[in-house]
Amino acid sequence: MAIKKENSSRRDFIKNSSMFAGGIVLVSLLNPLKMVYATKKPKGKGKWYGIGIDIEKCIGCASCARACKVENDVPNEPFFFRNWVEQYTITNDDEIKVSSPNGGIDGFKQPVPDDEIYKTFFVPKMCNHCAKSPCTQVCPVGASFESPEGIALVDKSYCIGCGYCVQSCPYGCRYIDMENGVVDKCTLCYHRLQKGLDPACMMACPTGARIYGDLNDKESAVSVFIKENNCAVLKPQLNTESKLFYNDLSQEVH
Amino acid sequence: MNKYETLYEALANLDGYIYPNEIALNWDLLIVMYPYVTGLVAGAFILASLNRVFDIKALRPTYEISLLTALSFMLVATMPLITHLGQPWRFYEMLVTPHLTSAMAIFGFVYLWYLMVVLLLEIWFDYRYDMVIWSQQKKGFVKFVYKALTLWVSETSPESRKTDEKIGYFITVVGIPSAFLLHGYVGFIFGSIKANPWWSTVMMPVIFIFSAMVSGIALVMFIYMGVSYLRKQKPDMMALDTIAKYLFYILIIDFTLESLDQIHRIYEADESFDILKILVRGKLFFTFFIMQIGVGVLIPLTTLGFLQFKKPRERIRKIIYLIISICVLVGIFYMRWNVVIGGQLFSKSFYGFTSYKVDLIGGADVWLSVLWFIVPFFILAFLLWLLPPWKKNHEAMH
Repeated sequence: MAIKKENSSRRDFIKNSSMFAGGIVLVSLLNPLKMVYATKKPKGKGKWYGIGIDIEKCIGCASCARACKVENDVPNEPFFFRNWVEQYTITNDDEIKVSSPNGGIDGFKQPVPDDEIYKTFFVPKMCNHCAKSPCTQVCPVGASFESPEGIALVDKSYCIGCGYCVQSCPYGCRYIDMENGVVDKCTLCYHRLQKGLDPACMMACPTGARIYGDLNDKESAVSVFIKENNCAVLKPQLNTESKLFYNDLSQEVH
Repeated sequence: MNKYETLYEALANLDGYIYPNEIALNWDLLIVMYPYVTGLVAGAFILASLNRVFDIKALRPTYEISLLTALSFMLVATMPLITHLGQPWRFYEMLVTPHLTSAMAIFGFVYLWYLMVVLLLEIWFDYRYDMVIWSQQKKGFVKFVYKALTLWVSETSPESRKTDEKIGYFITVVGIPSAFLLHGYVGFIFGSIKANPWWSTVMMPVIFIFSAMVSGIALVMFIYMGVSYLRKQKPDMMALDTIAKYLFYILIIDFTLESLDQIHRIYEADESFDILKILVRGKLFFTFFIMQIGVGVLIPLTTLGFLQFKKPRERIRKIIYLIISICVLVGIFYMRWNVVIGGQLFSKSFYGFTSYKVDLIGGADVWLSVLWFIVPFFILAFLLWLLPPWKKNHEAMH
């Protein structure tokens, strides 16, 4: 199935250019903020994907990161990730230590002695697939766009590789694929979703710490997870309307 | 971009924790050059308009030089941006299919507006009469070039010159807000990124406008002295003193705004403050305190301030102006550096830092940056040969 894109083609541009100048004036008179204010709300009753992560269940095995690298041809070296795991350790002296050796793939070691640990936990990270995604807002050509299912995607045949979206992602989820000079990011394995398969990271998780599903369907696994747990999103103050929900997220996590 | 072959090579350059995708800087020296060069254009133009619109007669000798300087730098202003793209040949997509919610998408249009409507038109109307005269005096190919430049309009009547003057004045009036738009807009590209607390401030466009004026004025001062030296002419001291006076005033405004931004940041001390404090005191210490504030602001400000009260001999003043203009140009370069590079050195997790070292020998970003800074000087030399301000007929001119 072809992905429905919302950016315009060259043909559209030529067709619309004569109406453009007048249109801008009109639009700015009628609704001055609509042009610059990037809000995308679900249209219709289609699927609207969200992700849940049960921090309690994550054992830091990084199978998710490994599976993602294999499934999506993410370069093994040097250090780019669509999906990685962080280990947070808070000591009795309130010192916060964070580590993610090779995204967790190289295995975690706990350098702090047990009796000095106040608490420690793993936080898997990936694209938050925000409803008001700052990355698609800033893309100068519309190569980064949001699919109707609420998944932030990149048209690599169109991306100019300016890196503006990399700067605007508050969660560090984008990178420039050096080989092709274009941006790359998590697609929630869109190619698999289209075939009715689960994303690679969801499949690989041995403890069921990763859940995904349709947020419009109140019976879906992710909707139930959000209902039954005390969930939070990362950096809520930025109002990105992240759709990546963590159970029992500690306030130290950024 | 820093090229690390392996993860463990990169790890040696990190402090604390940084998201893995943030290890290599995405925007390098070329993106430092982009606001720097654009700022020089806007600043040089504002100086020209001080003469034209605000009728500051002492600045007349630098009017054409300011405009031609602005044009020379404008012609390459987009090059750092384009050569930095991962897919440089797709740059035109930004013009034919702009994504309207993106601050960057509109840059192409603001740029073209400024280049085509403001700079080229103003220079054309300013030189039209002279080009007609030169096309009559020259022979052969050069004659054809001037003819072509006049667009085969050969009107030299006093009425036509009055019309030139009127339209030129009108374009300058439009040009001032356009220059503000051009560079304020570049500031907005950074200032509107809410993910980055070092950039995300409403002050950014305003600071960019004033720092642009400071750098552009210093550049014209430098070029005017350089051109006078090469032509073995004495520079007009009245003009230099006046430029220095405006440089002093605008430097005060610029420094005040930047200080306000920092004081506000320090007093509010929001969640990003701790990491930014370590950033400024550590990784940015040299470029921020020594170069941007020390060399770029305090030295010029105290020297120019001193000159407002006591005027040494002309020769001394000339040397002072030369040194000050270089100081300001270096200082504003580091201001751009601190914004662009500084904003990427700390992690958005607020738990650590990466580092950036300029690869002086092997880095494509370095030699391209140097190239895009040198090329405008060659363009300027050509323009000064083609359209020499000193051979213009200045009778009945503004």
